[in-house]
Parts: sequence; structure tokens; C-alpha cells
Amino acid sequence: MNNSFAKRLLRVLAWVIYAALGVGIIWGVISLVRLNGPVFFVQAIVDGIRLGFVYALVALGYTMVYGIVRLINFAHGDVFMVGAFTSFYAITHYQWGFVPAILLSMAVCSFLNIIIERVAYKPLREAPRIAALITAVGVSFFLEYFTALKWVFGPDFITYNRPFEVVVWDIGGVLISNITVIIAVVATLLLLGLQYVVFRTKIGKAMRATALDKPTARLMGINVDSTISLTFALGAALAGAAGVLYAIAYPQIWTFMGIMPGLKAFVAAVLGGIGNLFGAFVGALLMGSIDVLVVSFVPTGSRLRDLIAFLVLIAVFLIKPAGIFGKAEIEKV
Amino acid sequence: MRTKAHLSPWAPTLFLALGVYLLVFLAERFGLMTPYWYQVIQLAAITAISSLGLNLIYGFNGQFSLGHIGFYAIGAYSSALITKDLAANWSGTRIGPLAWMIAGQVGVLVVLFVARALRLGTVRARLAGGLANYLKPYEAGVLVLLVTLALVSIALAAGVFAAWGLQKVLAAIFQVFLSLPQGIARSVVFLIALLTGGALAALVAYLIGLPLLRLSSDYFGIATLGFSVMIYTALQNSDQVIPTMKGARGMVGIPTWTTWTWVFGALFIVVFIMRQLVHSSYGRAIISVREDEIAAKTMGIDVAQLKATAFAMGGFFAGIAGGLYAHLFGFLHPSTFNFIKGFDPLIIVVFGGLGSMTGTILASAIFALLIEGLRVLLPRGFEDWRFVIYPIILLLIMLLRQQGLLGTTEWGWLRAPLPPERDIPTPDRAAQARVEEQEA
Amino acid sequence: MSANLRAVAEYDSNRILDIRRLSIAFGGLRAVSDFDLTVPEGGLYGLIGPNGAGKTTVFNMITGLYQPTEGDILFMGRSLVGLPPHTITQMGVARTFQNIRLFPNLTVLDNVRIAYHTHVGYSLAEAISRLGRFRHQERLLTERAQDFLAVFGLQDRQLEIAKNLPYGEQRRLEIARALATEPRLLLLDEPAAGMNPAEVESLMELIHFIRDRFKLTILLIEHQMRVVMGICEWITVMDFGQVIARGTARDIQNDERVIEAYLGKRTGRGI
Repeated sequence: MNNSFAKRLLRVLAWVIYAALGVGIIWGVISLVRLNGPVFFVQAIVDGIRLGFVYALVALGYTMVYGIVRLINFAHGDVFMVGAFTSFYAITHYQWGFVPAILLSMAVCSFLNIIIERVAYKPLREAPRIAALITAVGVSFFLEYFTALKWVFGPDFITYNRPFEVVVWDIGGVLISNITVIIAVVATLLLLGLQYVVFRTKIGKAMRATALDKPTARLMGINVDSTISLTFALGAALAGAAGVLYAIAYPQIWTFMGIMPGLKAFVAAVLGGIGNLFGAFVGALLMGSIDVLVVSFVPTGSRLRDLIAFLVLIAVFLIKPAGIFGKAEIEKV
Repeated sequence: MRTKAHLSPWAPTLFLALGVYLLVFLAERFGLMTPYWYQVIQLAAITAISSLGLNLIYGFNGQFSLGHIGFYAIGAYSSALITKDLAANWSGTRIGPLAWMIAGQVGVLVVLFVARALRLGTVRARLAGGLANYLKPYEAGVLVLLVTLALVSIALAAGVFAAWGLQKVLAAIFQVFLSLPQGIARSVVFLIALLTGGALAALVAYLIGLPLLRLSSDYFGIATLGFSVMIYTALQNSDQVIPTMKGARGMVGIPTWTTWTWVFGALFIVVFIMRQLVHSSYGRAIISVREDEIAAKTMGIDVAQLKATAFAMGGFFAGIAGGLYAHLFGFLHPSTFNFIKGFDPLIIVVFGGLGSMTGTILASAIFALLIEGLRVLLPRGFEDWRFVIYPIILLLIMLLRQQGLLGTTEWGWLRAPLPPERDIPTPDRAAQARVEEQEA
Repeated sequence: MSANLRAVAEYDSNRILDIRRLSIAFGGLRAVSDFDLTVPEGGLYGLIGPNGAGKTTVFNMITGLYQPTEGDILFMGRSLVGLPPHTITQMGVARTFQNIRLFPNLTVLDNVRIAYHTHVGYSLAEAISRLGRFRHQERLLTERAQDFLAVFGLQDRQLEIAKNLPYGEQRRLEIARALATEPRLLLLDEPAAGMNPAEVESLMELIHFIRDRFKLTILLIEHQMRVVMGICEWITVMDFGQVIARGTARDIQNDERVIEAYLGKRTGRGI
């Protein structure tokens, strides 16, 4: 009798705490909304999700590559940068249209990533993972500094010319520009396309199989090397497109622009559960929203963005390293 | 028991070290070396100290830390705060930062000590276990959290109280420094500043190490990278909290007390400590964690504690190096500590050979000379190529010679001593001896 | 600290290891359910079963690498559940691994010396300064390790790098290393794997020798029936995470369920 009473008491206590937390969170959100008005809040959310879509494209590349070769491709953010620059040159110097420019960026980035994979990562596939990681760091540096040379892209900030006129619509106080629409549309198309490739084609099946169990995939007749290269290519294509979209939204490009977005996209992939495609998407939307919310609401927010992103990462690692949708990997002893 | 058949192993290495010291010292004294190169050489040695710390963490203990520069920054800025305020107010009474920094660290240690005394870990485990029989996991979890917070608050209160009290005592003690002759006082203060900076870095390393070292190596790398980004962001915005640090504008006016003697002395001591550590049971335990963590656990080694300790020691060395760096140029700018620069120690350690102290020292020298040498060698307008060449070198090393220059080999005194010669009794004789012993 | 861990209230020496209703589930998969086992002090017991039966998982739970979801493991009267692996080892439980886990880049001597780290006899400060007890204790430690290697015939290999040793000697080293931690209970996970018949013979002799010499209790996972039938006093058979049979070698050999587990159902056409 004593026991069940104590049990009920403790249960009640636990739920009281949860209720208090719930109330606290709701109150927090409400005060946030009331702080600068609901319009401001919605604007921040809209911009956050827009950024989230861009991050999602990059995060998917990270998560696919990690899933298939267990490598954190540090150079992925720089591929993103190359995409932005490629479209810049296409648009500004050769008067290409928007859609051709994106397609070109995607193609160039895919090609670049395949070369990187063949030259730098493939030889190290059997080596300890740290070797590949350090190599990825080396590739990243190389891309950044090489393109920063004067006769390549140059070390300065370059203003990106959007290949279209900016149109802004006012919907109940919230400003939505055609930039936002374009990003949302392009990103959604690409994500649906990826979804189709990964889950409805034979190639996608090969990718998933290789990610699950490489030796067995090989035994089943899957050309593992090609599949891996294809995964890198696909991820890079998305990153390249993301670079273009990012440049359209934030029209200042420089050769080191890929570092922070790249890392944040990686945090997004980890947050959602690395190796999990849907998780990467959700994680990216969250990261984008957090990023913009911090900048909008915290007084020195723009300086704290990077710090907050990494705090999220540390929190994930401490609470649930597998991420929201990830499954804990149990080491076979 | 020691045979005197040959010169003690440490003699040649000691002579070499003394030789290097005198060479640079005299060259500078007699104007044979430009101030520029004098600084480059000191910087090389400072980099060596920091990189040795990373080699301990990564090369010997196997933990892939990308945040090493964070500790370097902590050491640099904290030691600078101490010397700047103290030196500037020589006739005044501004001993605040020094007293607080030491008292604060002691306070943190008190918190840890009290938490351990309260058996925080055991209480949590027992509570979680006990509640698991009554409640669902998420219900039990929140209650355990509540109890944890309560206990932690007690520990924190104890720590704050201890720190406050100690600070007053220290402030009184440090008044004494103000009465010492300047030359001696300067050296004493510099030494304390360096040690305090190192200790603070070590403490931070230990605290973040405890939770993070549980992670697998990839994640640990990213987490430590995140840590260094956080330190960088904190430094950029530091002027909000501590005006002297001047945030993104850079901290200036730091007394330039670093000399070759100080740097070499620090390097010598750090190498000494590391060598003695590595060739002892503690060193073997540290290395065993790198080799196979699960096997090490099964051998009775408290892996979590060991990793945190190694991480703290590596952080300590980085902190000392940072302190020396701060007082070399006299100013500090957060951009020196951004995470891209943070890859320098990693590259050096890999290039020299993970698990080779000699390799790290050599690599630091080559690295510093390479970067500066290339600046001189490359034709004008091509200086930026340095930063393209050096990742290419890294890539070549990883693709062609992963073990770096020296792999795990050591030279001279740094090499592992052989076990003394002895006649190892084969089992029969050992059993015989035992039987004889029992009969006696 | 080790003394405190080993000093225990009275325990039944017929049950130095007492496992009750042990279960573990990974997500939805029940890897082990309702596993019971008692081992008397000095016993040489076997744990067999087809691949994937959960045998190594049981070992991992005993040594603290996995946490069981149900049940208890009592060693010398004390519960091991919830304790970290290094504490369990310090209490006197040692093990070897299915895929040998030596410290590959360390010397043979160093592999054994690590076992003595928990009661090393000198502090970190003494190690760094080389003052105080360091010289003496380090010499003692080294000599002890060397003598220990000699018992296993490995003293001439003391400076060789572990990964360069031939397979059979690596196995022997792993067993020697485990024994250097001075356990009361030794868990051997497929010690005969990859050995030829001659090596298996000397392994069987070795196991008997160490049981008697070091006063051990041994629990052994093995696939080679010659070893199991040859030296195990009592055998537990697992399949799909559960115990399906127990008994002496003779009992097991004729047990229907065991035969079925290994060979599949009899089709009636005779084996």
C-alpha cells in the first residue's frame, strides 16, 4: 500500500515538472512572438525555413556520404562555394539564364566531387577513418585557398548579380520575395527528385544497399565504386544548387563562404540523425530557423549565430548522439 | 644494478639541446640574427609545445581533438590579463584578475570535489535504478534531473564560497609582489601568469572532456571543433564582459616578456614531462586506450578518467604555449585563434608522426620554417601560394606516407628505455624456487 | 581500493558466478532471454551454441560492456550489473575476446605490464619526477611481467610488437595478459579459433594448467567440440538467446534439441 502511494506521488511529481516545463516553453514562445509583434515572428520563421531549405540541400550531401563511406566530408561546404561562383561567372560574364546557371553549377560540382573522391578519398578507403578525415580537411583548405588566388576567384568579397528582378509581396505584413519562392520551389523539386532517385530507382537501391553493408553489396553484384562516386556526385549536385540559392538570398560571395553554412548543415545532419535523409531535412529546417531566430531576436545575434549552432551540436551529442531520427550504433564487441 | 658500459642515454640529447639553446641565444645576443627570425624561431618552439600537447591527446591517447587551439587561446588571453593588469599598475593595487583567476579555478575544483563527495554519480545511478521499477523512463529521468540539479547547486554554492574567500586571501598575498624589485617580480609574475593560463586551459579541458570523451572519434572531433568556434566567438565578443580584452579589435599592450630562454626552458620541461610520462605505467595505460579502448577497460583501466586526464594535460601544454605566444608579440587578435588556424597543430602532429615526440618537434620546426621560408622564397605576388602548398603537402602525406615523418619512432633520450638485462627464470626453476622458499 | 572490492561477505563457493534470468534486448531484438547459470569455484564450464546464439553477449554483460535489461549477475556474492567494466575487472573477472584484442602496436611485455597498472605502486608525480618509489616499483613490475611471460613460454618474445606475433602466440599472449590481472574468474571466448589440432591440444593442456596453477574458475565459449567435450566439466547450450540444454559432455552429445540446433531437424532419413 505504501509502495503504490509513493509510486503515484512520484508519478504526479514528474508530470507536474513536465507541465511546468511545457507552460514555460509556451510562455517563452508567446513572449517571443509578442516581443516584436507576430508579423516579425512569422517573418523570422519564413526566412528561417528558407535558409533551412538551403541547408537541407547541403545536409543531404553530408548525410548520404557519411552513410555510405562513414566520412565527414569537410570539403562539402567548399563544393557549395564552387557552385555559387560557377553560377556567378555564368550569369555575369556569359549572360546565362537562371535555370541554365543552376544546372551548370550542379554539373560542375558533381564533376568536381567525383574527382575529389577518386583522387583523395578512394585510396584511403581501407585506411583508418582519421586519415580520410584529415584528407578531407586538406581538400577543404586547398579548395578555399586555391580559389582565393588572384587569378582564380580572388580573395575578395564579390557582389552577386541576381539574374532576375527582385519582387516583394506583402502578405499581411510579412514580406515574401520571389527569392523565397524560387528557393522553396527549386529546393522542393530537388528534394523530391532525390527522394525519387534514392527510393524508386535501382541506382538508389544500390546506394542504400552499399550504405548498409558494403561487402555484401559487392557480393550481390553491385559496383560499389561507381555507387560511391555517384553518391558523391549527387550530394555535390545538391550542394552546388544550394550555393546558387544561397547566393541569390545573400548576394555576397567569397571563397571562404562555404565554411559556416557547411558546418551548420553538418550539425543539421547530425541533429536529424546522420545517415537518415528525412532527418537531415528536418534538422536543416530546424537549424535554419534557429539561425534566423537568433539573429532576429538576440541583440548581438549576428555575432552569436555560429556559437549557437555549435551549442545545438554539443546538446545533441550529450542528449542523444544518434540524433532525432537516428538509431544508436552498437559496437560489435 | 646499472651497467656503466656506455654513456648514459640522456647525455647526447642533453648536449644537443644545450647546443641548440646556445646557438640561438648567442646568435641573437651578437646580432647575427634579425629580430624577425628570432621571433620565427621562438614561434616554432612555442608551436612545438602546443603540438606536443595535441600529440599527447591524439597521437598517444588516440582522441581526435580538433579544438586544441581553444586551449591555446585560453592560455594566451588569461596570462595576458594577469601580466597586463599587474605590470601596468605596478605601484597600484590591481591584483584582481590574478587572484580571481586562481581562486576561481580552486572554486571549480571545490565544486568537483564536493560533487564527488556527495557521490553524485552513485546517487544518480541508484535513484535511476530504483525509480525504474516504479516509473516510466521519461518520468524517472526528470526526477533524477531534479535531484541532480539540487546536488549540483550545493556543490556550486560551496565552490563560489570557497572562491570568494580564497580570492581575498590571495589578494593580500600578492600585495607582496608589488614590493619586490622589478626584475625578479617580473619573472615571478610571468611564471605565475603562464602557469595560471595553463591551469585554466587544463581545467576547461577536463570539464568539457568528461562529457565529450564518451563520443566516438568523428563526433569527438566535430564537438571539439565546435568548442574552439565557441571560444573564438566568445573572444570576439569579449569586450562586453572584460573591456581589457577588447574583443574583435584585439588586445594590446601586453608586456613582451617572452624570450628564447623562457621558450626553450618551457619546451625543455614539457618534453621532459612528456617523456617521463610516456615511458611509465601511466603512459602505457594512455597508449593502451588508443590501441584498443575496450581491451583497456577489460584490463581494469578507468578509461574515461584517463582520457580526461590526458586531455587536461594536453590542454595545459597548449595553455602554456598560448601564454608564451601572447607575450611574444604583445598583442592578441581573435583571428589568430579561428578554427582554420586550429588545424595547424593537427597537421604538424600528423606530419611529424602520431605518437612520436621527436617527430612533433621536428615537424614544428619544419612547419614554421616552411611557412616563413616560403614567404621569402616565393617570388613577390606568389606569397599566397604558401596556403595552397601546405594543404597539398598534407594531402601527399596522407596519401603516400600516413605515418608521417617518424611514425612512432623516437630519437635519443626520448626513445623507450629497454628493460634491464636479466636472466628470466623459466617455469621449472621458478616453481623450484617457490618450493624451496616454502620449505625454508 | 581493490582490496575493498574483493573483501566480500560470505558467498557460497558453489556459486562463485551466479547468473539469474539474464536478458537483454537491442531495440526490438531479444538477444538473450532468461539465461541462468551457476558456476562453482574451480569449475571449468562450457558455453556452446550455434553462431548468433548470444554467447558472447552473455560474456559482454558479465564484464559490464553491455547492460542487461533484466536479471542479475552475482560474482562472489556481489552484483555486477551497473558496474563499469574496469571495476568488474578489478573485482576479479578477466576475459579474452573472440577476435583477439591485443594492443597491437605495443610490445609483448607492455601488453602484460598494462595489467599491473591498476595497482601500480607509484603516483603520476613520482612517474614524472622519477623520484620516490618509481624506480623500484617499475623494476618489480617489469620483473613480474617477465616472469609471467615465462610461465607461458613468451619471455623470449618480450620486445616483439604484438601484431607481429604468429596467431597461436597472440592467443597465448591474450590469455597471459588476462591472467596478469589476477582474476578469480576467467572468461575465454573461442580460444581455439583458428588453431590446428596440435595447437588445440596444447591449448587444452594450458587451460587445465592455468586452472590449477592460478586457482581459477573458467567459463569457456567454444565451437570446437573436441575442446568442449575434452575439458569442460559441465556444458550449457544456447540457441536464439535461450538455454536449450545443460549437462555433461555425454548428456549434451545425445540431446535431441542440441543436435537440432546445430544440424537442423532430423528428416528421418538418418544422419
